[in-house]
Formats: sequence, C-alpha cells, structure tokens
Amino acid sequence: MWRPETQPGTQRVPDATGLELIAQDLRAGEGAGEAPGSGSPVLETVFFRGRGTLIVDPAKIGSVLEHLRERGYSFMSSLHGVDHYPEEPRLGVVYELLDMHRVERITVKLRLPSDAPEVESVTEAWPTADHQEREVYDMFGVVFRGHPDLRRILMPEDYEGHPQRRDFPVGGEPVIFTFNENESHGVSE
Amino acid sequence: MSSTEQPALSEYRRREQSITLSPLQEQLEEQEQTSEELLTLNFGPHHPATHGVLRLLVTLQGEIVREIKPIIGYVHTGIEKTAEDKSYWKVIPVIERMDYLSYYFNAYAFCGAVETLLEVEVPRRAQYLRVIHMELNRIMSHLVWLGTSALDLGAISMFWYCFREREKILDLFEMSSGQRMHTRYFQVGGVIEDIPSGFAEKLSGFLKDMPSRVDQYGDLLNGNEIVLQRLRGTCPLDAETLLSLGVTGPLLRAAGNPWDLRKADPYCSYEDFQFKIPVGTVGDNYDRYACRLAEMYESVKIVEQALEGLPEGPHITEDRKVALPPRHELATSMEALIHHFKLVTEGFRVPPGEVYFPIESPRGELGCFVRSDGSSKPARVHMRDPSFVNLQSFSHMAKGAYIADLIASLAMLDPVLGGIDR
Repeated sequence: MWRPETQPGTQRVPDATGLELIAQDLRAGEGAGEAPGSGSPVLETVFFRGRGTLIVDPAKIGSVLEHLRERGYSFMSSLHGVDHYPEEPRLGVVYELLDMHRVERITVKLRLPSDAPEVESVTEAWPTADHQEREVYDMFGVVFRGHPDLRRILMPEDYEGHPQRRDFPVGGEPVIFTFNENESHGVSE
Repeated sequence: MSSTEQPALSEYRRREQSITLSPLQEQLEEQEQTSEELLTLNFGPHHPATHGVLRLLVTLQGEIVREIKPIIGYVHTGIEKTAEDKSYWKVIPVIERMDYLSYYFNAYAFCGAVETLLEVEVPRRAQYLRVIHMELNRIMSHLVWLGTSALDLGAISMFWYCFREREKILDLFEMSSGQRMHTRYFQVGGVIEDIPSGFAEKLSGFLKDMPSRVDQYGDLLNGNEIVLQRLRGTCPLDAETLLSLGVTGPLLRAAGNPWDLRKADPYCSYEDFQFKIPVGTVGDNYDRYACRLAEMYESVKIVEQALEGLPEGPHITEDRKVALPPRHELATSMEALIHHFKLVTEGFRVPPGEVYFPIESPRGELGCFVRSDGSSKPARVHMRDPSFVNLQSFSHMAKGAYIADLIASLAMLDPVLGGIDR
C-alpha cells in the first residue's frame, strides 16, 4: 500500500536531501582518507517512491557499508542480486540496510560487468550476508571474493549455469524418463 | 499451598528419592572427556523433526554437537524465476506458495511492492480486511508451529488440539475466498471480494473461543516438567548475535529486543490497533516458545479491533487500470469490457523502478523486492524470506548443546522449508 509522504507518522526517511548529505559525506570521507584520483565511492543517488538508493563503486563497497553502519544503519536486512540484461554493466547486487533506532532504510547498490562479475565479500563484517551471498552466486554467478564457503546453495552442486539470469530460459530442463535417460540433459547445449 | 506442613512421604516416594544416578553420571562425564572421536551424522533430508526437507550434517562428540552444516535446496522450485514470466497479477498465486504457512503475508509483500511502484491507494476497508486475514494467518502459522514442535518434544496430543483450531481458521479462509490454503485473496489494489454474509459472525465466534484455547495450550505445556526441562535454558542466543546474523521476528523478540515492523514502521493501518509486543528475557528455547504463544493472544486482539472498526467502502481500488471492473458492469459498459480484456490478456503495466517492501511475517521480516522494467511482467522478484536468513543462526544456537536440544531448538526456530528454498 503506497502512502504519500505528507501523511503524519508515515514519512519515509532519509528524504531526498538526507540522501544527498550521506552521499556528500561519503565522497568527502573518501577524498580525505585515500589518494586523490581514486574516484568517488558514490556514483549516483536515486530517490524513488520515498526510498533512497546509493549506487556505489564496487571496489569500495566494504568502506561504504562501514560508513553507513557508523551512521546507524547497523542492520543488513537483505542482500540480493538483479540482472539488468541487456544493459552493461549487467549484474547488480543490492544491500538493504536498516537503522532500527530511527527506523530508516537505505539501499546500497552496485553494478558489475558480466565478463568479470566479482566483488569483495562482506560476510566478515556482516555475518548475515553468508547465505545470501551464496544465493546470489548460485543464481547470478557473482563471485564474492573472500567468502568463506562460496558454493551453490539452492541448486544442485553439479548444475551448470546461473538460472536467475535474464537470458537463461524458463522451463529449459527436460524431464527424464526411461526412454530418454541416456540422452544428454545439459541445459547449456 | 495453604498448608505449611509437609505431607508424610509414602513408601514409594521414599524409595524413589533414595535412588541416585550420580555414579552413572560420573561415568558418563569421564567417558565424555576421554572420547575424542567425532561422529558425523546425516540428519534428514526426510526426518519428522526437520519440518520439511532440510538436511543437516551434524558432527557429534559423544552426545555434544560440535558442528552443524545445513544443506538446503531440496524443494527449490524456481518461483522467483517463474514470476518473471508472468504478468503481475498472475504472480500472486505462485508467490503464495513460497512459505506455505504464511501465504497471506507472501501475497501482501508482493502486492504492497507493486502498489508502491504503481502509487495505488488501497481503500481502508481493504486494508482492514487484509489485517484480519494476515493476523488469522499468523495464528494459524503459530498453531502449526506449536503442534509440530510439541510433537518433536514428544507430546502428540498438542498436535491434535492445535490442528483443531487451525481447521476453524482454514474454514474462515474458505468462506472468504473459496480456498483453504493459497487463497489468492489479496489483489494488487485491495482484496478480490468483500467478506460474505455470515463471515463476521463466524469470526466473532472463533475470536471468543480462541483465547481460552490458547490458555489451555499454556496449561498443558507450562506445567509439563518434560517440556520445561527441554526448553528452559537450552540453546540461548543473545540479541546482538542475532542482529548481526540478520535474525528478526519472535526469535529476536525472545532475546529481549522488541523489534516488530507492525509497531516500528506501521503499514496497512496497523497504527489503528492497540496491541502489545511480547518479549522474552534471555532468548532461550523457552522464551521463543512463550513469545509465540503470547503473540496469538495479541493477534486475536488485533482481529477483534479490525472487525469491530471495519470501515464501509470499496474493497478494492476504483482504478480500472489495475483492478478488474465489477462483473455487472461488463454487460452495460464498453469501457469496462475493454479494461477487463486488457487486464486479462496483457495485465497492467508498471512504471520502471525498484522497490523493497518489508512486512512482519510470523517468522520475521519478509521483504519483497520487485524490479519493473516498464512492461507488464516483473523483471525481478526476490523474497527476503525470514526462514532463509534465520536458519543461519541455527548452528550458533546448537553448537555445544546436546543432540536432544538440537531437536528442540530446531523446533523453536520454526523454519519453513518452502520459504527457505523458494
């Protein structure tokens, strides 16, 4: 149920200005801490339907999340993958953060190219990301560097391909009966 | 007890008290220290205590659990993938089948996300009807949990009592929607039909009965020494660890953190209702049990208030681009016919964007992420299912405990494998 922001008690924060302030702080903090020319951690901000999203540089995801944790967004409620096929960079990873004291949510998002879908794992700082990163790896083929146990989680271990990608066909798997059990059932063929 | 004098012990009781198991216990402890051998036990995927098709690789040292590795995916049906191939309103039936004990919540999380994308206002009557059905669903889900958990602890009679009340709720669901499970009652923009005549009376009858029934469950279990010994003090986990693992819902509230989205960030008119959030203190299995039992009373209160204050008005949005026109209009209005045709054949188009819509399901935060690319089919649907996330805390709970406590804490975790595997 969608509610306009003007209703009392239902205002979604941070508002558009608050989101820009966070982005500004992130940019400033990065400039002071690192060598100049390393680029801004925040590539874009999106404010949509009362909810703010930071689109960040994949190389700096760890430090961005750490900065947001210091601001109070200390609970990671979800981590999931998105496929923007046929756009490039194609794959996306979305982190939903929550501040339980002020009841604010912020979304952090990064985009990865399909030829090298690799990003640093955040499991060490956010233990809840463990299973969820495995699911994104399983479904989209995003490799989380430094994950302690990056295996498939929902699909069988010998499965080929990443089924949640947009170019993966629906219903592409034949049912095995006695008459066709010797035929090849690989999905990639 | 009014009498202060101790009654004289019977011969039987005296003999019973003279028996001590301490030499036996010492032997056991000695054995435990000397045995270094580890045993890996495969637990599941088909086991009555795993509440679904969950497989656990448990490493045991004697009777002590040293390591647990959950293996999931046995009932993965690719619902998120299927949803991408269906128009928005046809996604609702498949999404309901994820967590098969909280289908109203699944449907609401998805409908809420789509309504946010569409910026559709939901009429207040529809919001109240949704609350009534969701809270009944919460009671129903907790009843299944209570019955099966008691079964794991060895009490078979609880199962029949809980399923007796669950039947009544399913009858109510059948009355309002025609289905007992996976009702497809919630629509984008409201609910499919208004409640039929006689529903309110039947519901009031149920609401009058239910608190006394929950009292009875409490009486049966709270005075039961076996239940108490198996739940009290076993497998506690503090709120901080739970939060870092992303655990929400009754598990977190049992550890003393009163986080509940219905109160913290009210949606669907929850701000109109008076209810309490039961919390525990130490976060052991007993607190988890007590929290859920207390939640049933609160849900009854919410349904009572929602039924009492049910506003008049439409049960679904008047926006004909989103909701089907009433049947009678089709015979007289060309416009209604066109809307009907467009909705049934193509479905409605949703403006591009991404939305994450979290609600409080019986197991914690259920969030639905929907990405629209502007077409009539979603480009991505993802459910942040609380069971999936909460399962990660299981190895932290049961490590170092006895294998019997592992069974009890798996029951108190309340995982639903349909939601975990999706």
